[in-house]
Amino acid sequence: MSINELNLPDFNIPDDMEGKVTVTTLDRLYNFGRRSSLWPMMFGLACCAIEMIAAQAARYDMARFGMEVMRPSPRQCDVMIVAGTVTKKMVPSIVRLYNQMAEPKYVVAMGACASSGGPFKEGYNVVAGIDKYLPVDVYIPGCPPTPQALMAGMIKLQEKIDKQSISKVRWYQKGPDSVEIAVPFLGPDLIDPRRIPDIKAKSAELAVAAVAPAAESSTEG
Amino acid sequence: MDSTKNTDVLDLANLYKDSVKADDRPGFSGFIIAKEKLFDIAKDLRDKYGYDYLSCVSGVDYPETNSMEVVYHAYRSSGGSALVFKTQVERVDPMEVPSLISIWPGVDLQEREIWDLFGIKFAGHPDLRRILMWEGFEGHPMRKDWKEAFYEEEAKPLKSRWPDGNHKYAEAKAAYGDNINFEAGFDPEKWTPTDPEEALYSALKKYQTEDVDGIKTDHLLINMGPQHPSTHGVFRAVVILDGEEIVSLKPVMGYLHRNHEKIGERNTFLQNIPFTDRLDYFNSMYSAWGYSLAVERLLGLAVPERAEYIRVIFGEMSRIQNHLILFGMLWNDLGAYFTPALYAFEERELMLDIFEAVSGSRMMCNYHRFGGVVRDIDPASMQKIKELVYERLPRKIEEFDRLLSENEIFVSRMKGIGYLSPEDCLAYSVSGPTLRAAGIPYDIRRAEPYGVYDRFEFDIPLRYNSDLLDRYLVRIDEIKQSVRILQQALRDIPEGPVLTGKPSYQIKVPAGETYGRVEAPKGELGYYVVSNGKGNPYRYKIRTPSFVNVTSVEKMCVGTKIADFVTILGMVDIVLGEVDR
Repeated sequence: MSINELNLPDFNIPDDMEGKVTVTTLDRLYNFGRRSSLWPMMFGLACCAIEMIAAQAARYDMARFGMEVMRPSPRQCDVMIVAGTVTKKMVPSIVRLYNQMAEPKYVVAMGACASSGGPFKEGYNVVAGIDKYLPVDVYIPGCPPTPQALMAGMIKLQEKIDKQSISKVRWYQKGPDSVEIAVPFLGPDLIDPRRIPDIKAKSAELAVAAVAPAAESSTEG
Repeated sequence: MDSTKNTDVLDLANLYKDSVKADDRPGFSGFIIAKEKLFDIAKDLRDKYGYDYLSCVSGVDYPETNSMEVVYHAYRSSGGSALVFKTQVERVDPMEVPSLISIWPGVDLQEREIWDLFGIKFAGHPDLRRILMWEGFEGHPMRKDWKEAFYEEEAKPLKSRWPDGNHKYAEAKAAYGDNINFEAGFDPEKWTPTDPEEALYSALKKYQTEDVDGIKTDHLLINMGPQHPSTHGVFRAVVILDGEEIVSLKPVMGYLHRNHEKIGERNTFLQNIPFTDRLDYFNSMYSAWGYSLAVERLLGLAVPERAEYIRVIFGEMSRIQNHLILFGMLWNDLGAYFTPALYAFEERELMLDIFEAVSGSRMMCNYHRFGGVVRDIDPASMQKIKELVYERLPRKIEEFDRLLSENEIFVSRMKGIGYLSPEDCLAYSVSGPTLRAAGIPYDIRRAEPYGVYDRFEFDIPLRYNSDLLDRYLVRIDEIKQSVRILQQALRDIPEGPVLTGKPSYQIKVPAGETYGRVEAPKGELGYYVVSNGKGNPYRYKIRTPSFVNVTSVEKMCVGTKIADFVTILGMVDIVLGEVDR
């Protein structure tokens, strides 16, 4: 938000206070602060992470947008750039990292794999997109996205933040998933705790279906 | 014994008449050893016949003949081609073959991988746990009859997409609406979780120091990774510390296991080339080379001269940028946060611009084809390469060398740390610069030349102390040699076509097996490809340098300080796309 916009609210400021006092809304002030220093988590999964580093390096220089401070600790960062293929073995850690981030927190799915599974979607150890677990704010296409694309995505995120209102953002609401996401765990396959009733019903159904043809064939035999 | 040492391939079938027979399936080579004799013969191979370097262990599943096969590729460190020997086991659980870990400790992780993915047990392996998947996962996914949740058809192109696309979301077809699969009747509420970490922690040696002063001292167990600022990607190591000293260490991997091999066996041969780019994502130009080499051997395809030179040019360029990035990241780990990395990325960007100009993509070049490369270098890019190679790079490498190599803090952090004896290097199947820093002049570009490497004059850089500093210096020298090769290649590159024959999307590859290996920047990169004459590979195994080199990390780290682990790992130069595949 430009200084001009901040300086032109719908209130008349007395002449002698001009330039010393600014009137604005709480949302604008919050959003201005949040969007102007987005600290990404230093968290690379695969190929896309290399382009993320390249975007931080001298040629592209994300520092120009206030996104240069990469923090390895989830407690200190605002945005999680999921840069790479999300595997079943890794997803519990990713969800845990997300839960540990302090709000406001945003998720950017960088590249085809994080958005949808990408070229590896059919793989048996691959989660087809991090949005199955985390609320994603911006998807960046590409395999891998170029640093320019990453920056475009991050600017998109800034635009999104500009439009937010603290009375409506997810993490200040009540309800499931508002702050913490249930951490999936590794059983015979990846189990999402939110889907346990589903899985139970489906596997019972399959068990019945498996018994029926077996019974048929045994009567035939 | 001298006469047998000189012949290139040992005739095992004649030496051990009763237990070895030559593999006479069409297109196959090597020897099939009865599994009861495998251990003894393998010991002889190492001790009597000089096969001191076991490079690759692969599992292959043959449900038609009801057998599983373990294929070994052994080499002599003095050079020469592979001795391929195999052992077969009936395809009935529990399958068991003897472990060769006491002969070549380098098979450790590879045997664990075969147990994980194929379910072949290795008798005598001290720590046979799952490695890429987690403990408790159901099934062995690389078996031919194991099907993933999004399974659609045995081989591509899928009928639902080609020739008329009426594709549905895979989620809509999968039983559970997602990429998951459970046994019928599975009840997640009644399922009792087994702790996947328990086996891991019990594999670490538990220590308790003798209490001299009457104070009981426990050792400290630390998990480094998978999310850790210094680990290169999602690598995890579990270490046990005594004070600051590492007592025991186990690498844990699989956090980026994205099933290259399973997907690769469903793909057509050509579809695998873009996937090779995503193995070692720093060097996509080199990763594809090993695969195209392997398939070209099966096809009997010659590569045009110009294409061979182009491969060398881009291969050596990616070697230079790989080593530069390694230095940048190494300094990051040492505490010089990001400034050296900025210098490294400056050069890298210049090379990526050229890659993008010729291939269309910065990182995932998808540039190789069977029988050449996909397009020629345009004159403008050629000019850029020349400027880079003749003007800029030699100067910049000198600058790097001058800035960093004699830095006192750097030297004191590197000198004498992470020692691995030359014997251990070979035993652990270490390859690449780490091996050459131990004084073993083994470089596949010389030991078993491929492409046109036999035409260039270059030295194989050697150092003898086998510590971190030497591994660093070997890489500096290697960059200089790469520049030398580049200069010769740019001088000699002929005009002509860059691809044999017409480009085709679906090729039929004659039945047979082959192993194509190249000296990638990180070490030996090999592809073991089995074809059954159809349009997609029957077996597509990737032997990656990062994965095998990780085997030796424990040996290097025990006895050093915890802070050195980060540098040692950095100097092994792993990339997780290759480690986990």
